[in-house]
Amino acid sequence: MIHFVLLISRQGKVRLTKWYSPYSQKERTKVIRELSGLILTRGPKLCNFVEWRGLRVVYKRYASLYFCMCIDEDDNELEILEIIHHYVEVLDRYFGSVCELDLIYNFHKAYFILDELLIAGELQEPSKRTVARLVAAQDSLVETAKEQTSSITNIIAQAANTASL
Amino acid sequence: MNPFSSGTRLRDMIRAIRACKTAAEERAVVRKECAAIRASINEDDQDYRHRNLAKLMFIQILGYPTHFGQMECLKLIASAGFPEKRIGYLGLMLLLDERQEVLMLVTNSLKQDLNHSNQYIVGLALCALGNICSAEMARDLSPEVERLLQFRDPNIRKKAALCSIRIIKKVPDLAENFINCAASLLKEKHHGVLITGVQLCADLCKVSSEALEYFRKKCTEGLVRTLRDIVNSPYSPEYDISGITDPYLHIRLLKLLRILGQGDADASDRMTDILAQVATKTESNKNAGNAILYECVETIMSIEDDGGLRVLAINILGKFLSNRDNNIRYVALNMLMRATTLDAQAVQRHRATILDCVKDSDASIRKRALELLYLLVNENNVKPLIKELIEYLEVSDQEFKGDLTAKICSLVEKFSSEKIWYIDQMLKVLSEAGNFVKDEVWHALIFVISNASDLHGYTVRALYRAFLTSTEQETLVRVAVWCIGEYGDMLVNNVGMLDIEDPITVTECDAVDAVEVAIKRHTSDLTTKAMALIALLKLSSRFPSSSERIKGIIVQNKGNLVLELQQRSIEFNRILQKHQKIRSALVERMPVLDEATFSGRRAGSLPTAISTSSGAPSNLPNGIAKPATAPIPDLLDLSSDDVPAPSSSGGDFPQDLLGVDLSPTLAPSGAGKPPKASTDVLLDLLSIGTYLPVQTGSSASDILSSSQDDKALASLSSLSANATSPVNAAPMMDLLDGHGPGPQKPKENGQAYQSLVAYESSSLRVMFNFSKQPGSPQTTLIQATFTNLSSNVYNDFLFQAAVPKFLQLHLDPASSNTLPASGDGSITQNLKVTNSQHGKKLLVMRVRIAYKTNNKDVLEERQINNFPQNL
Repeated sequence: MIHFVLLISRQGKVRLTKWYSPYSQKERTKVIRELSGLILTRGPKLCNFVEWRGLRVVYKRYASLYFCMCIDEDDNELEILEIIHHYVEVLDRYFGSVCELDLIYNFHKAYFILDELLIAGELQEPSKRTVARLVAAQDSLVETAKEQTSSITNIIAQAANTASL
Repeated sequence: MNPFSSGTRLRDMIRAIRACKTAAEERAVVRKECAAIRASINEDDQDYRHRNLAKLMFIQILGYPTHFGQMECLKLIASAGFPEKRIGYLGLMLLLDERQEVLMLVTNSLKQDLNHSNQYIVGLALCALGNICSAEMARDLSPEVERLLQFRDPNIRKKAALCSIRIIKKVPDLAENFINCAASLLKEKHHGVLITGVQLCADLCKVSSEALEYFRKKCTEGLVRTLRDIVNSPYSPEYDISGITDPYLHIRLLKLLRILGQGDADASDRMTDILAQVATKTESNKNAGNAILYECVETIMSIEDDGGLRVLAINILGKFLSNRDNNIRYVALNMLMRATTLDAQAVQRHRATILDCVKDSDASIRKRALELLYLLVNENNVKPLIKELIEYLEVSDQEFKGDLTAKICSLVEKFSSEKIWYIDQMLKVLSEAGNFVKDEVWHALIFVISNASDLHGYTVRALYRAFLTSTEQETLVRVAVWCIGEYGDMLVNNVGMLDIEDPITVTECDAVDAVEVAIKRHTSDLTTKAMALIALLKLSSRFPSSSERIKGIIVQNKGNLVLELQQRSIEFNRILQKHQKIRSALVERMPVLDEATFSGRRAGSLPTAISTSSGAPSNLPNGIAKPATAPIPDLLDLSSDDVPAPSSSGGDFPQDLLGVDLSPTLAPSGAGKPPKASTDVLLDLLSIGTYLPVQTGSSASDILSSSQDDKALASLSSLSANATSPVNAAPMMDLLDGHGPGPQKPKENGQAYQSLVAYESSSLRVMFNFSKQPGSPQTTLIQATFTNLSSNVYNDFLFQAAVPKFLQLHLDPASSNTLPASGDGSITQNLKVTNSQHGKKLLVMRVRIAYKTNNKDVLEERQINNFPQNL
């Protein structure tokens, strides 16, 4: 099982954290500090696995961002690399060649996508198209709701105007 | 409208935070935002709740506290619209975890949403439940999730399946409710549902043996079929990853098959064909393919034996190991580690490659490879492998040296059939990475050296050479100094030259120089300096002509700020000045340690057994009292009647041998050093030293109680033993000053055991004094003394004791049943305990003390398991 997902920039800034095992706020900060120290200092040709507190952290760097997932000792590290790539591809498809800034300003979108990909630290959907479709459907639900509220506000405003006339 | 909250949009806040140049600036911005959000929350501002929570999430990701926003999540979740719920659930998963009480409040909203008509809202609720639900919520909402496993939309079914995993992990009792639904998920065509269903089955098997049996019987066939279909499926763009259809599904199926096949020959048999097919047909040029192969190998190794498949698996690992991709090599090392238990021979074939991996530039790979290599070393290959490892030690990274040194030392000790090889290897390690060598390792080395009498000369010369070239390695310096002190004469006279040695000319002066360097070197720590002082004392006897110079060096330390060194130098100076006659006897060479003793010590708990000299009293449970230590008396044989001396020293053998027990708690007074074992006798004799209630930390009893068969060593006078433990020398010298040097009269047959405060409360103290009858070491006589610490008299005083079966207890009547107040008198009572497992088990006793005070019955109970180990 995946215990947590971290997105850390090359400068050590945290861009996204998702915890599937309970870690208190204090522990979270400590984990992030420890792992950025371990991972960001590793050279480019080294393997993508770091052993840490009896667990394994699988990481992969995409441009300026490190995608890290922490797994149990007996999980399949190579598969986790595929899952990370899977997530990156979905993000890419969603944002249209995603960059770090997209993830900063639309961090909630990155979470929504992750939630369609993983639940309880397990993979939920192997098809990128399905994930994209589900996220898009929910986005459009939000849009419709917004339009409705704004049109309702308009109607009320108009009504108020007419009334005052 | 709130003047604060209307201020910034999420985007603006992020921009403002990103614009900060320093951490302090960022904190200020965040503080201001948090204040605004709090204000808005307090006003219960509905319009901005959504935005506030989004901001809070960003702030949370940055690592600032956001607990005050938790209730906002609940409010958003409880609202009707999808956008609010979506952000509310996201906030819930981010801001809370399962341990927060607040989470319980959301149970009801979750229940409603799980029954919502909008499937996306159901999806949100499932996702939140799956990610953060607590055990209680799992129990409450489990029926909803079970129902949703049969929901019409597959996207809900897959979410419900993963949610079920969380539920059964939190509450394993619920597992049986899910078995049937899970089995039906395995027949699904939708990949999302299928992989989550397979995963659910795997997790069910982990928590419930019933589930395991069920799936094994009913589903193995179907799973094999599904795997075959997916392996042979034509190209499907939706699930294709580098030419393989849905590797995730492959991997999960293989994982579940592994669980089903483990320990069941029948199920294993049914899956061998498909496993062989996966192992041979999967493309290994891309990561996805390798991930499948990796999983397949693991399954093959775990299921019931099939020779052919295993060969296939090990071959795949061999291929992995020679892969240029570090990731693949890493997993190969991992798998080979597991394979060693199955087929060590097959793994041995890859030894050379593994050795290369130990030298890899990648720390993760090095670590794995070293651990694997450690498992592969045996008598046949130990020499070349150790040679390679030591060579690598010279060039390895600092941070890796610790691990590497520990492993090398452990291996060298494990396969140390030839002493000279052992000594050579250890010297190399000490010179290369002496600072990483643990205490017990160099202690063991000294044991071996002192044991190998034919190699003394060789060793001391080799150490001297090494010392000249690398003085920076602390442990090397210590061992060298010890050996120069012991065997200085052999160093100078080239005694015991071996053919392989180059002759070396060392003058007495050079030898003293070396020790002087060690003592003056400012990086030397206290232990090293103390050892150097002892070495000097010894050299003064070995080299009479350098005696004056040595005295000079010793005197220089008279004013040392460290009490231990100061005391030692003063004592030694006195020996040099006043007791020339006994000096040579005092500093005689350490006796050769009996081989059986040593191997006995090594057997079992090598690291702990020898670690005594570093630990002092805190280090009591160090295995010293194990039966393995019994032969030690052969060495010193002090209780033997024909030793005309007080039985002294020899107690904590390694400490005395090295004379380096410098634990700070004990340093101030050599005389008051209770853990120094049998110095007690000496101390008793001189009535010095207040005993701390510490157990005598070692094998002194073994020395006294075991048979005495090596009379040859009996000639070893206690004086020489005593001098090697200079801390003891202090009272000794006082003694000598008083009576002048002469035969040591007092002869002790029995041994004084240290008294024990068996029980102490605010009202009562129980002291145990121990003694033994000569000739029956199994039986301990205990005199219990009870003292009243309160100001009231105790009446009807009754002491009871109980012991486990291996002990026999006899209680004599007490001297009285009234205990006067305020320690004004005491009660004594004699106990006799016979230990049928003497030497194997320690005494242990449960005591109960009942008495009346102020007409009130008082009962006090306690288990005593801190009896001196030498009883």
